[in-house]
Amino acid sequence: MDLKKLRFAPTHEWALMEGDTCTVGITQFAVEQLTDVVYIELPDVGDNVFAGDSFGEIESVKAVSDLYSPVNGEVIAINTALVNDPTPVSKDPYGKGWMIKIKAEPGSKLDKMMTQEQYEKQISSGG
Amino acid sequence: MSYVLNTPADQKAMLEAIGVGSIEELFSLVPDRVRLKRPLAIAPALSEIELQLHMAELVGSNRSADDDVCFLGGGSYDHFIPAVVDAVAGRSEFYTAYTPYQAEASQGSLQAFFEYQTLICQLTGMDVANASLYDGGSALAESVLMAHGIHDKRGKVLVADSVHPEYRLALQTYIANLPLSLQVLPTPDGYLNPDDLRKAIDDETLCVIVQHPNFFGCLEEVEAVSELCRARGSLFVVSFDPISLGILKRPGQYGADIAIAEGQCLGNPMVYGGPYLGIMACREEFVRKIPGRLVGQTTDRNGKRCWVLTLQTREQHIRREKATSNICTNQGLFALRAAVYLTALGPQGLRETANLCLQKAHYLAEQMRKIPGVGLQFDRPFFKEFTVKLPGRARETLDRLLQAGYHAGLPLGRWYPHMENCVSIAVTERRTRQEIDAFSAAWIQALAR
Repeated sequence: MDLKKLRFAPTHEWALMEGDTCTVGITQFAVEQLTDVVYIELPDVGDNVFAGDSFGEIESVKAVSDLYSPVNGEVIAINTALVNDPTPVSKDPYGKGWMIKIKAEPGSKLDKMMTQEQYEKQISSGG
Repeated sequence: MSYVLNTPADQKAMLEAIGVGSIEELFSLVPDRVRLKRPLAIAPALSEIELQLHMAELVGSNRSADDDVCFLGGGSYDHFIPAVVDAVAGRSEFYTAYTPYQAEASQGSLQAFFEYQTLICQLTGMDVANASLYDGGSALAESVLMAHGIHDKRGKVLVADSVHPEYRLALQTYIANLPLSLQVLPTPDGYLNPDDLRKAIDDETLCVIVQHPNFFGCLEEVEAVSELCRARGSLFVVSFDPISLGILKRPGQYGADIAIAEGQCLGNPMVYGGPYLGIMACREEFVRKIPGRLVGQTTDRNGKRCWVLTLQTREQHIRREKATSNICTNQGLFALRAAVYLTALGPQGLRETANLCLQKAHYLAEQMRKIPGVGLQFDRPFFKEFTVKLPGRARETLDRLLQAGYHAGLPLGRWYPHMENCVSIAVTERRTRQEIDAFSAAWIQALAR
Protein backbone atom coordinates (compact mmCIF):
# COMPACT_ATOMS: atom_id res chain seq x y z
CA MET A 1 0.00 0.00 0.00
CA ASP A 2 1.33 3.39 -0.99
CA LEU A 3 0.66 5.50 2.07
CA LYS A 4 0.93 8.63 -0.05
CA LYS A 5 -2.46 7.77 -1.56
CA LEU A 6 -4.12 7.61 1.83
CA ARG A 7 -5.68 10.39 3.87
CA PHE A 8 -5.67 10.40 7.65
CA ALA A 9 -8.08 11.51 10.40
CA PRO A 10 -7.04 12.99 13.75
CA THR A 11 -8.86 10.01 15.28
CA HIS A 12 -6.35 7.68 13.53
CA GLU A 13 -8.48 6.26 10.73
CA TRP A 14 -7.06 6.09 7.24
CA ALA A 15 -9.17 6.47 4.09
CA LEU A 16 -8.56 5.62 0.46
CA MET A 17 -10.82 7.11 -2.20
CA GLU A 18 -11.06 5.19 -5.50
CA GLY A 19 -13.82 6.59 -7.70
CA ASP A 20 -16.73 6.91 -5.29
CA THR A 21 -15.59 4.01 -3.11
CA CYS A 22 -13.94 4.94 0.16
CA THR A 23 -12.03 2.21 2.04
CA VAL A 24 -11.43 2.78 5.75
CA GLY A 25 -9.13 1.26 8.34
CA ILE A 26 -7.00 2.38 11.27
CA THR A 27 -3.36 3.41 11.26
CA GLN A 28 -0.23 1.60 12.37
CA PHE A 29 0.12 4.19 15.14
CA ALA A 30 -3.42 3.46 16.40
CA VAL A 31 -2.71 -0.27 16.42
CA GLU A 32 0.45 0.27 18.46
CA GLN A 33 -1.43 2.44 20.95
CA LEU A 34 -4.23 -0.07 21.36
CA THR A 35 -1.87 -3.02 21.94
CA ASP A 36 -3.73 -6.36 21.72
CA VAL A 37 -6.92 -5.96 19.68
CA VAL A 38 -9.51 -8.48 20.85
CA TYR A 39 -12.74 -7.56 19.11
CA ILE A 40 -14.10 -5.43 16.31
CA GLU A 41 -17.71 -4.47 15.75
CA LEU A 42 -18.57 -3.34 12.23
CA PRO A 43 -21.82 -2.06 10.68
CA ASP A 44 -23.98 -4.12 8.31
CA VAL A 45 -23.73 -3.80 4.54
CA GLY A 46 -26.45 -1.35 3.52
CA ASP A 47 -26.15 0.81 6.64
CA ASN A 48 -25.73 4.54 6.19
CA VAL A 49 -22.71 6.17 7.75
CA PHE A 50 -21.99 9.84 8.30
CA ALA A 51 -18.77 11.81 8.28
CA GLY A 52 -17.54 12.23 11.84
CA ASP A 53 -19.99 9.69 13.26
CA SER A 54 -19.08 6.33 14.71
CA PHE A 55 -19.50 3.34 12.37
CA GLY A 56 -18.15 0.70 14.72
CA GLU A 57 -15.95 -0.12 17.68
CA ILE A 58 -12.56 -1.60 18.29
CA GLU A 59 -11.81 -3.25 21.59
CA SER A 60 -8.34 -3.94 22.90
CA VAL A 61 -7.23 -5.21 26.26
CA LYS A 62 -6.83 -1.56 27.21
CA ALA A 63 -9.93 0.22 25.92
CA VAL A 64 -12.92 0.26 23.64
CA SER A 65 -12.69 2.99 21.00
CA ASP A 66 -15.12 4.23 18.40
CA LEU A 67 -14.30 4.08 14.71
CA TYR A 68 -15.25 7.24 12.79
CA SER A 69 -16.35 7.51 9.20
CA PRO A 70 -14.54 10.01 6.98
CA VAL A 71 -17.49 10.47 4.57
CA ASN A 72 -21.25 10.27 4.25
CA GLY A 73 -22.41 7.23 2.35
CA GLU A 74 -23.61 3.66 2.34
CA VAL A 75 -21.60 0.66 3.51
CA ILE A 76 -21.07 -1.62 0.50
CA ALA A 77 -18.61 -4.10 2.04
CA ILE A 78 -17.23 -5.06 5.42
CA ASN A 79 -14.16 -7.13 6.19
CA THR A 80 -16.06 -10.00 7.80
CA ALA A 81 -12.84 -11.89 8.55
CA LEU A 82 -12.03 -9.35 11.27
CA VAL A 83 -15.16 -10.11 13.27
CA ASN A 84 -13.95 -13.63 14.00
CA ASP A 85 -10.27 -12.80 14.23
CA PRO A 86 -9.04 -9.20 14.44
CA THR A 87 -5.33 -10.07 14.09
CA PRO A 88 -5.03 -8.71 10.49
CA VAL A 89 -5.75 -5.22 11.89
CA SER A 90 -2.62 -5.44 14.04
CA LYS A 91 -0.46 -7.27 11.47
CA ASP A 92 -1.42 -5.44 8.29
CA PRO A 93 -3.51 -2.34 9.11
CA TYR A 94 -3.21 -0.83 5.62
CA GLY A 95 -3.86 -4.09 3.76
CA LYS A 96 -5.70 -7.15 5.08
CA GLY A 97 -6.79 -5.10 8.09
CA TRP A 98 -9.13 -2.83 6.09
CA MET A 99 -12.51 -2.49 7.80
CA ILE A 100 -15.26 -1.15 5.54
CA LYS A 101 -15.88 0.14 2.05
CA ILE A 102 -18.32 3.02 1.69
CA LYS A 103 -20.12 4.18 -1.46
CA ALA A 104 -19.53 7.86 -0.79
CA GLU A 105 -22.16 10.51 -1.52
CA PRO A 106 -21.53 12.33 -4.83
CA GLY A 107 -19.02 15.10 -4.37
CA SER A 108 -17.46 13.60 -1.24
CA LYS A 109 -13.84 14.60 -0.83
CA LEU A 110 -11.12 13.83 1.65
CA ASP A 111 -9.71 17.39 1.38
CA LYS A 112 -9.99 18.12 5.07
CA MET A 113 -8.08 15.00 6.08
CA MET A 114 -4.34 14.92 6.58
CA THR A 115 -1.71 13.69 4.16
CA GLN A 116 0.78 11.08 5.37
CA GLU A 117 3.31 13.81 6.05
CA GLN A 118 0.86 15.93 8.07
CA TYR A 119 -0.33 12.88 10.00
CA GLU A 120 3.19 11.84 10.89
CA LYS A 121 3.82 15.35 12.13
CA GLN A 122 0.69 15.09 14.33
CA ILE A 123 1.70 11.82 15.94
CA SER A 124 5.30 12.83 16.47
CA SER A 125 4.01 15.90 18.33
CA GLY A 126 2.19 13.57 20.70
CA GLY A 127 -1.21 13.42 19.08
CA MET B 1 -21.69 2.66 59.56
CA SER B 2 -20.74 4.75 62.58
CA TYR B 3 -23.09 7.31 64.09
CA VAL B 4 -22.28 10.79 62.80
CA LEU B 5 -22.83 13.58 65.29
CA ASN B 6 -24.22 16.95 64.33
CA THR B 7 -23.81 19.10 67.45
CA PRO B 8 -24.03 22.91 67.50
CA ALA B 9 -20.23 22.92 67.78
CA ASP B 10 -19.96 20.75 64.64
CA GLN B 11 -22.34 23.05 62.80
CA LYS B 12 -20.34 26.11 63.83
CA ALA B 13 -17.09 24.51 62.65
CA MET B 14 -18.61 23.54 59.28
CA LEU B 15 -20.13 27.00 58.73
CA GLU B 16 -16.80 28.63 59.58
CA ALA B 17 -14.99 26.32 57.17
CA ILE B 18 -17.14 27.50 54.25
CA GLY B 19 -17.25 31.09 55.43
CA VAL B 20 -20.95 31.40 56.21
CA GLY B 21 -22.26 32.99 59.40
CA SER B 22 -25.38 30.91 60.07
CA ILE B 23 -27.58 28.14 58.67
CA GLU B 24 -30.16 30.82 57.85
CA GLU B 25 -27.56 32.60 55.74
CA LEU B 26 -26.57 29.30 54.08
CA PHE B 27 -30.17 28.76 52.93
CA SER B 28 -30.77 32.39 51.96
CA LEU B 29 -30.35 31.49 48.27
CA VAL B 30 -33.44 29.25 48.42
CA PRO B 31 -36.40 31.42 47.27
CA ASP B 32 -38.69 32.42 50.11
CA ARG B 33 -41.86 31.09 48.45
CA VAL B 34 -40.59 27.47 48.34
CA ARG B 35 -39.33 27.43 51.92
CA LEU B 36 -41.06 25.43 54.61
CA LYS B 37 -41.75 27.83 57.46
CA ARG B 38 -42.61 25.30 60.13
CA PRO B 39 -40.89 22.28 61.68
CA LEU B 40 -41.21 18.94 59.87
CA ALA B 41 -44.36 17.05 60.87
CA ILE B 42 -42.60 14.24 62.70
CA ALA B 43 -43.27 12.99 66.20
CA PRO B 44 -40.85 14.00 68.95
CA ALA B 45 -37.93 11.66 69.59
CA LEU B 46 -38.60 8.56 71.70
CA SER B 47 -36.40 7.37 74.51
CA GLU B 48 -34.47 4.17 73.82
CA ILE B 49 -36.86 2.15 75.98
CA GLU B 50 -39.89 3.57 74.19
CA LEU B 51 -38.27 3.04 70.79
CA GLN B 52 -37.54 -0.63 71.45
CA LEU B 53 -41.13 -1.19 72.57
CA HIS B 54 -42.45 0.61 69.50
CA MET B 55 -40.28 -1.43 67.13
CA ALA B 56 -41.24 -4.68 68.86
CA GLU B 57 -44.91 -3.77 68.37
CA LEU B 58 -44.34 -3.09 64.67
CA VAL B 59 -42.46 -6.36 64.23
CA GLY B 60 -45.24 -8.18 66.10
CA SER B 61 -47.80 -7.12 63.52
CA ASN B 62 -45.85 -9.02 60.84
CA ARG B 63 -47.12 -12.43 59.83
CA SER B 64 -44.01 -14.02 58.41
CA ALA B 65 -43.66 -17.36 56.63
CA ASP B 66 -42.41 -18.77 59.94
CA ASP B 67 -45.49 -17.60 61.89
CA ASP B 68 -48.04 -19.06 59.47
CA VAL B 69 -47.91 -21.95 57.04
CA CYS B 70 -46.89 -20.48 53.71
CA PHE B 71 -48.31 -21.44 50.30
CA LEU B 72 -47.42 -18.12 48.66
CA GLY B 73 -45.50 -17.98 45.41
CA GLY B 74 -45.50 -15.65 42.44
CA GLY B 75 -41.72 -15.22 42.40
CA SER B 76 -40.91 -15.54 46.12
CA TYR B 77 -40.94 -18.99 47.68
CA ASP B 78 -40.59 -20.54 51.09
CA HIS B 79 -37.78 -22.96 50.23
CA PHE B 80 -35.55 -24.49 52.86
CA ILE B 81 -32.27 -22.69 53.55
CA PRO B 82 -29.50 -24.98 54.85
CA ALA B 83 -27.60 -23.54 57.84
CA VAL B 84 -24.34 -23.59 55.87
CA VAL B 85 -25.65 -20.70 53.75
CA ASP B 86 -25.80 -18.34 56.74
CA ALA B 87 -22.56 -19.73 58.13
CA VAL B 88 -20.59 -18.90 54.97
CA ALA B 89 -22.39 -15.73 53.89
CA GLY B 90 -22.27 -14.38 57.44
CA ARG B 91 -18.47 -14.38 57.58
CA SER B 92 -17.22 -10.85 58.03
CA GLU B 93 -14.90 -11.21 55.00
CA PHE B 94 -17.98 -11.61 52.80
CA TYR B 95 -20.57 -9.64 54.69
CA THR B 96 -20.90 -6.63 52.45
CA ALA B 97 -22.98 -6.06 49.34
CA TYR B 98 -20.15 -4.16 47.70
CA THR B 99 -16.92 -5.07 46.04
CA PRO B 100 -14.45 -2.23 46.50
CA TYR B 101 -13.79 -0.01 43.50
CA GLN B 102 -10.46 -1.71 43.11
CA ALA B 103 -12.30 -5.00 42.85
CA GLU B 104 -9.18 -7.12 42.37
CA ALA B 105 -8.17 -6.37 45.95
CA SER B 106 -11.02 -8.69 47.02
CA GLN B 107 -9.85 -11.97 45.54
CA GLY B 108 -12.13 -13.97 47.86
CA SER B 109 -15.27 -12.15 46.70
CA LEU B 110 -14.23 -12.39 43.06
CA GLN B 111 -13.60 -16.12 43.39
CA ALA B 112 -17.05 -16.54 44.97
CA PHE B 113 -18.68 -14.63 42.08
CA PHE B 114 -16.69 -16.67 39.56
CA GLU B 115 -17.98 -19.84 41.17
CA TYR B 116 -21.52 -18.40 41.22
CA GLN B 117 -21.25 -17.71 37.45
CA THR B 118 -19.96 -21.23 36.86
CA LEU B 119 -22.82 -22.75 38.86
CA ILE B 120 -25.42 -20.67 36.99
CA CYS B 121 -23.94 -21.81 33.66
CA GLN B 122 -24.04 -25.44 34.79
CA LEU B 123 -27.59 -25.01 36.06
CA THR B 124 -28.95 -23.31 32.94
CA GLY B 125 -26.83 -24.95 30.26
CA MET B 126 -25.99 -21.45 29.00
CA ASP B 127 -22.44 -20.34 28.09
CA VAL B 128 -22.02 -17.15 30.12
CA ALA B 129 -23.57 -15.78 33.32
CA ASN B 130 -22.98 -12.38 34.86
CA ALA B 131 -22.30 -11.82 38.56
CA SER B 132 -25.96 -10.90 39.15
CA LEU B 133 -28.54 -8.15 38.77
CA TYR B 134 -31.05 -6.72 41.25
CA ASP B 135 -33.98 -9.12 40.95
CA GLY B 136 -36.11 -11.07 38.50
CA GLY B 137 -37.91 -7.95 37.27
CA SER B 138 -34.78 -5.91 36.55
CA ALA B 139 -33.16 -8.97 34.99
CA LEU B 140 -36.09 -9.30 32.57
CA ALA B 141 -35.95 -5.60 31.70
CA GLU B 142 -32.16 -5.75 31.24
CA SER B 143 -32.53 -8.75 28.94
CA VAL B 144 -34.60 -6.63 26.56
CA LEU B 145 -32.09 -3.76 26.66
CA MET B 146 -29.46 -6.38 25.88
CA ALA B 147 -31.52 -7.75 22.97
CA HIS B 148 -31.85 -4.16 21.71
CA GLY B 149 -28.05 -3.87 21.83
CA ILE B 150 -27.70 -7.08 19.80
CA HIS B 151 -30.34 -6.29 17.13
CA ASP B 152 -30.72 -2.54 17.00
CA LYS B 153 -32.73 -2.65 13.79
CA ARG B 154 -35.70 -4.53 15.25
CA GLY B 155 -38.21 -2.91 17.58
CA LYS B 156 -41.02 -5.29 18.45
CA VAL B 157 -40.97 -7.04 21.79
CA LEU B 158 -43.48 -9.86 22.32
CA VAL B 159 -44.22 -10.89 25.86
CA ALA B 160 -46.66 -13.56 27.03
CA ASP B 161 -49.42 -12.46 29.42
CA SER B 162 -48.32 -15.39 31.61
CA VAL B 163 -45.01 -13.65 32.45
CA HIS B 164 -44.95 -12.18 35.98
CA PRO B 165 -47.08 -8.99 35.74
CA GLU B 166 -44.67 -7.01 37.91
CA TYR B 167 -41.70 -8.02 35.76
CA ARG B 168 -43.66 -6.76 32.76
CA LEU B 169 -44.25 -3.44 34.56
CA ALA B 170 -40.52 -3.13 35.25
CA LEU B 171 -39.91 -3.82 31.56
CA GLN B 172 -42.42 -1.13 30.48
CA THR B 173 -40.65 1.41 32.67
CA TYR B 174 -37.19 0.52 31.38
CA ILE B 175 -38.12 0.76 27.69
CA ALA B 176 -40.52 3.73 27.89
CA ASN B 177 -38.09 6.04 26.10
CA LEU B 178 -36.56 3.55 23.67
CA PRO B 179 -37.69 2.89 20.09
CA LEU B 180 -39.27 -0.39 21.18
CA SER B 181 -42.91 -1.45 21.19
CA LEU B 182 -44.25 -3.97 23.65
CA GLN B 183 -47.01 -6.35 22.63
CA VAL B 184 -48.60 -8.58 25.25
CA LEU B 185 -49.80 -11.92 23.90
CA PRO B 186 -52.91 -13.26 25.68
CA THR B 187 -52.71 -16.66 27.35
CA PRO B 188 -56.36 -17.66 27.92
CA ASP B 189 -55.45 -21.33 28.34
CA GLY B 190 -52.71 -20.63 30.87
CA TYR B 191 -49.81 -20.72 28.42
CA LEU B 192 -48.67 -19.06 25.22
CA ASN B 193 -50.18 -21.11 22.43
CA PRO B 194 -47.51 -21.46 19.71
CA ASP B 195 -50.21 -20.87 17.06
CA ASP B 196 -50.89 -17.44 18.57
CA LEU B 197 -47.17 -16.68 18.60
CA ARG B 198 -46.86 -17.79 14.98
CA LYS B 199 -49.44 -15.14 14.02
CA ALA B 200 -47.80 -12.38 16.05
CA ILE B 201 -44.11 -12.95 15.29
CA ASP B 202 -42.63 -11.27 12.21
CA ASP B 203 -39.34 -10.02 10.80
CA GLU B 204 -39.57 -6.92 13.00
CA THR B 205 -39.71 -9.02 16.18
CA LEU B 206 -36.69 -8.33 18.35
CA CYS B 207 -37.43 -10.92 21.01
CA VAL B 208 -40.07 -13.17 22.50
CA ILE B 209 -40.34 -13.44 26.28
CA VAL B 210 -41.93 -16.34 28.14
CA GLN B 211 -41.72 -17.50 31.71
CA HIS B 212 -41.34 -21.25 32.27
CA PRO B 213 -42.98 -22.40 34.50
CA ASN B 214 -45.12 -19.30 34.12
CA PHE B 215 -46.87 -17.01 36.60
CA PHE B 216 -49.87 -19.36 36.77
CA GLY B 217 -47.53 -22.27 37.47
CA CYS B 218 -48.08 -23.85 34.05
CA LEU B 219 -45.35 -25.09 31.75
CA GLU B 220 -44.89 -23.29 28.43
CA GLU B 221 -44.27 -24.86 25.03
CA VAL B 222 -40.67 -23.66 25.15
CA GLU B 223 -39.38 -25.84 22.33
CA ALA B 224 -42.05 -24.64 19.90
CA VAL B 225 -41.43 -21.02 20.97
CA SER B 226 -37.70 -21.53 20.46
CA GLU B 227 -38.21 -22.88 16.93
CA LEU B 228 -40.50 -19.99 15.98
CA CYS B 229 -37.88 -17.51 17.23
CA ARG B 230 -35.10 -19.28 15.35
CA ALA B 231 -37.10 -19.20 12.10
CA ARG B 232 -37.65 -15.43 12.36
CA GLY B 233 -34.22 -14.51 13.68
CA SER B 234 -35.80 -13.21 16.91
CA LEU B 235 -34.12 -13.67 20.26
CA PHE B 236 -35.73 -16.05 22.74
CA VAL B 237 -35.73 -14.76 26.30
CA VAL B 238 -36.89 -17.11 29.04
CA SER B 239 -37.57 -16.37 32.69
CA PHE B 240 -37.04 -19.64 34.55
CA ASP B 241 -37.43 -20.99 38.08
CA PRO B 242 -33.95 -22.15 39.22
CA ILE B 243 -35.39 -24.92 41.42
CA SER B 244 -37.42 -26.30 38.51
CA LEU B 245 -34.17 -27.08 36.68
CA GLY B 246 -33.73 -30.01 39.04
CA ILE B 247 -36.22 -31.84 36.80
CA LEU B 248 -37.05 -29.64 33.79
CA LYS B 249 -34.92 -29.15 30.67
CA ARG B 250 -32.34 -26.38 30.87
CA PRO B 251 -32.80 -23.14 28.90
CA GLY B 252 -29.58 -23.93 26.99
CA GLN B 253 -31.05 -27.28 25.92
CA TYR B 254 -34.19 -25.80 24.39
CA GLY B 255 -32.38 -22.97 22.63
CA ALA B 256 -32.88 -19.89 24.81
CA ASP B 257 -30.69 -16.94 23.82
CA ILE B 258 -30.99 -15.14 27.15
CA ALA B 259 -32.12 -16.85 30.35
CA ILE B 260 -33.07 -14.80 33.41
CA ALA B 261 -34.50 -15.66 36.81
CA GLU B 262 -35.39 -14.48 40.25
CA GLY B 263 -32.77 -16.12 42.46
CA GLN B 264 -34.51 -15.68 45.82
CA CYS B 265 -35.34 -19.39 45.88
CA LEU B 266 -31.61 -20.23 46.02
CA GLY B 267 -30.85 -19.77 49.71
CA ASN B 268 -32.32 -16.31 50.17
CA PRO B 269 -35.12 -15.58 52.65
CA MET B 270 -38.53 -14.20 51.66
CA VAL B 271 -38.27 -10.47 52.33
CA TYR B 272 -40.98 -7.97 51.59
CA GLY B 273 -39.61 -5.61 48.94
CA GLY B 274 -36.28 -7.40 48.61
CA PRO B 275 -33.36 -7.25 48.18
CA TYR B 276 -33.52 -10.26 45.91
CA LEU B 277 -31.21 -11.69 43.27
CA GLY B 278 -31.36 -11.21 39.49
CA ILE B 279 -29.86 -14.09 37.52
CA MET B 280 -28.83 -13.62 33.90
CA ALA B 281 -27.12 -15.97 31.46
CA CYS B 282 -26.70 -15.94 27.70
CA ARG B 283 -25.08 -17.63 24.73
CA GLU B 284 -21.40 -16.90 24.20
CA GLU B 285 -21.88 -14.86 21.02
CA PHE B 286 -23.67 -12.19 23.09
CA VAL B 287 -21.02 -11.91 25.81
CA ARG B 288 -20.15 -8.33 24.82
CA LYS B 289 -23.74 -7.25 25.29
CA ILE B 290 -24.46 -8.80 28.68
CA PRO B 291 -24.88 -6.09 31.32
CA GLY B 292 -23.28 -5.93 34.73
CA ARG B 293 -20.16 -7.50 36.06
CA LEU B 294 -18.36 -10.55 34.76
CA VAL B 295 -15.60 -12.16 36.74
CA GLY B 296 -12.89 -13.94 34.76
CA GLN B 297 -10.11 -16.28 35.77
CA THR B 298 -6.52 -15.56 34.84
CA THR B 299 -2.99 -15.89 36.23
CA ASP B 300 -0.97 -13.24 38.02
CA ARG B 301 2.64 -12.37 37.19
CA ASN B 302 3.84 -15.26 39.35
CA GLY B 303 1.68 -17.70 37.41
CA LYS B 304 -0.83 -18.16 40.22
CA ARG B 305 -4.55 -18.54 39.55
CA CYS B 306 -6.46 -15.31 40.27
CA TRP B 307 -9.65 -13.47 39.34
CA VAL B 308 -10.42 -10.15 37.68
CA LEU B 309 -13.42 -8.17 36.55
CA THR B 310 -13.38 -8.83 32.84
CA LEU B 311 -14.77 -7.07 29.74
CA GLN B 312 -14.72 -3.94 31.89
CA THR B 313 -13.92 -1.74 28.91
CA ARG B 314 -17.59 -1.98 27.91
CA GLU B 315 -19.03 -1.14 31.29
CA GLN B 316 -21.07 1.96 31.81
CA HIS B 317 -18.68 3.60 34.23
CA ILE B 318 -16.07 3.64 31.48
CA ARG B 319 -18.25 4.33 28.43
CA ARG B 320 -21.42 5.77 29.86
CA GLU B 321 -23.16 6.84 26.67
CA LYS B 322 -22.25 3.70 24.72
CA ALA B 323 -23.12 1.10 27.33
CA THR B 324 -26.23 -1.01 26.68
CA SER B 325 -27.03 -0.90 30.37
CA ASN B 326 -26.55 1.51 33.22
CA ILE B 327 -26.64 -1.13 35.90
CA CYS B 328 -23.96 -0.09 38.39
CA THR B 329 -23.85 -2.76 41.01
CA ASN B 330 -24.91 -6.29 41.73
CA GLN B 331 -26.30 -8.41 44.53
CA GLY B 332 -23.01 -9.85 45.63
CA LEU B 333 -24.15 -11.14 49.00
CA PHE B 334 -27.22 -12.86 47.54
CA ALA B 335 -25.23 -14.28 44.65
CA LEU B 336 -22.83 -15.69 47.25
CA ARG B 337 -25.76 -17.25 49.14
CA ALA B 338 -27.03 -18.78 45.90
CA ALA B 339 -23.57 -20.19 45.20
CA VAL B 340 -23.33 -21.74 48.66
CA TYR B 341 -26.89 -23.09 48.39
CA LEU B 342 -26.26 -24.73 44.99
CA THR B 343 -22.94 -26.13 46.17
CA ALA B 344 -24.51 -27.54 49.34
CA LEU B 345 -27.36 -29.22 47.44
CA GLY B 346 -25.39 -30.42 44.44
CA PRO B 347 -27.14 -31.85 41.36
CA GLN B 348 -28.71 -34.67 43.36
CA GLY B 349 -29.98 -32.42 46.13
CA LEU B 350 -31.49 -30.03 43.60
CA ARG B 351 -33.17 -32.93 41.81
CA GLU B 352 -34.60 -34.19 45.12
CA THR B 353 -35.79 -30.70 46.10
CA ALA B 354 -37.49 -30.21 42.74
CA ASN B 355 -39.07 -33.63 42.92
CA LEU B 356 -40.43 -32.98 46.44
CA CYS B 357 -41.94 -29.67 45.28
CA LEU B 358 -43.51 -31.40 42.28
CA GLN B 359 -44.97 -34.30 44.28
CA LYS B 360 -46.29 -32.14 47.11
CA ALA B 361 -47.82 -29.56 44.79
CA HIS B 362 -49.60 -32.29 42.83
CA TYR B 363 -50.77 -33.97 46.02
CA LEU B 364 -52.32 -30.69 47.23
CA ALA B 365 -53.85 -30.02 43.79
CA GLU B 366 -55.53 -33.44 43.99
CA GLN B 367 -56.94 -32.61 47.44
CA MET B 368 -58.16 -29.19 46.30
CA ARG B 369 -59.85 -30.67 43.26
CA LYS B 370 -62.01 -32.80 45.52
CA ILE B 371 -63.42 -29.73 47.31
CA PRO B 372 -66.91 -28.95 45.93
CA GLY B 373 -66.90 -25.81 43.78
CA VAL B 374 -63.11 -25.70 43.53
CA GLY B 375 -61.26 -26.65 40.38
CA LEU B 376 -57.95 -26.12 38.60
CA GLN B 377 -58.19 -23.08 36.34
CA PHE B 378 -55.95 -24.52 33.63
CA ASP B 379 -55.59 -27.99 32.21
CA ARG B 380 -51.82 -27.77 31.86
CA PRO B 381 -48.81 -29.56 33.35
CA PHE B 382 -47.36 -27.62 36.28
CA PHE B 383 -44.35 -27.78 38.58
CA LYS B 384 -44.66 -26.44 42.15
CA GLU B 385 -47.37 -23.84 41.65
CA PHE B 386 -50.91 -24.05 40.30
CA THR B 387 -54.00 -21.87 39.89
CA VAL B 388 -57.33 -22.81 41.46
CA LYS B 389 -60.73 -21.36 40.73
CA LEU B 390 -63.07 -20.73 43.65
CA PRO B 391 -66.86 -20.43 43.63
CA GLY B 392 -66.63 -16.76 44.67
CA ARG B 393 -64.23 -13.88 45.13
CA ALA B 394 -60.87 -15.08 46.41
CA ARG B 395 -60.11 -12.28 48.88
CA GLU B 396 -62.65 -13.16 51.57
CA THR B 397 -61.70 -16.83 51.61
CA LEU B 398 -57.99 -15.98 51.81
CA ASP B 399 -58.66 -13.63 54.74
CA ARG B 400 -60.46 -16.43 56.60
CA LEU B 401 -57.54 -18.78 55.90
CA LEU B 402 -55.07 -16.21 57.20
CA GLN B 403 -57.05 -16.10 60.44
CA ALA B 404 -56.73 -19.88 60.53
CA GLY B 405 -52.93 -19.57 60.25
CA TYR B 406 -52.31 -19.96 56.51
CA HIS B 407 -50.71 -17.73 53.92
CA ALA B 408 -53.00 -19.58 51.57
CA GLY B 409 -52.16 -18.16 48.18
CA LEU B 410 -51.95 -15.22 45.86
CA PRO B 411 -55.28 -13.72 44.65
CA LEU B 412 -54.77 -13.19 40.91
CA GLY B 413 -57.51 -10.55 40.45
CA ARG B 414 -54.98 -7.92 41.46
CA TRP B 415 -53.19 -8.34 38.11
CA TYR B 416 -55.82 -10.14 36.02
CA PRO B 417 -59.25 -8.51 36.57
CA HIS B 418 -61.05 -11.45 34.93
CA MET B 419 -59.50 -13.79 37.51
CA GLU B 420 -61.10 -12.37 40.69
CA ASN B 421 -62.02 -15.93 41.69
CA CYS B 422 -58.56 -17.37 41.10
CA VAL B 423 -55.72 -18.05 43.52
CA SER B 424 -52.23 -19.27 42.77
CA ILE B 425 -50.86 -21.71 45.31
CA ALA B 426 -47.22 -22.74 45.66
CA VAL B 427 -45.95 -25.79 47.52
CA THR B 428 -42.28 -26.12 48.40
CA GLU B 429 -40.32 -29.04 49.83
CA ARG B 430 -40.78 -27.47 53.31
CA ARG B 431 -44.50 -28.28 53.46
CA THR B 432 -45.25 -31.54 55.26
CA ARG B 433 -47.96 -34.05 54.47
CA GLN B 434 -49.68 -33.07 57.75
CA GLU B 435 -49.61 -29.39 56.84
CA ILE B 436 -51.02 -30.08 53.39
CA ASP B 437 -53.83 -32.28 54.75
CA ALA B 438 -54.75 -29.71 57.42
CA PHE B 439 -54.61 -26.98 54.76
CA SER B 440 -57.11 -28.83 52.53
CA ALA B 441 -59.43 -29.20 55.53
CA ALA B 442 -59.07 -25.49 56.32
CA TRP B 443 -60.12 -24.66 52.74
CA ILE B 444 -63.28 -26.72 53.12
CA GLN B 445 -64.12 -24.84 56.33
CA ALA B 446 -63.27 -21.43 54.89
CA LEU B 447 -65.44 -22.04 51.84
CA ALA B 448 -68.33 -23.48 53.87
CA ARG B 449 -68.86 -20.25 55.82
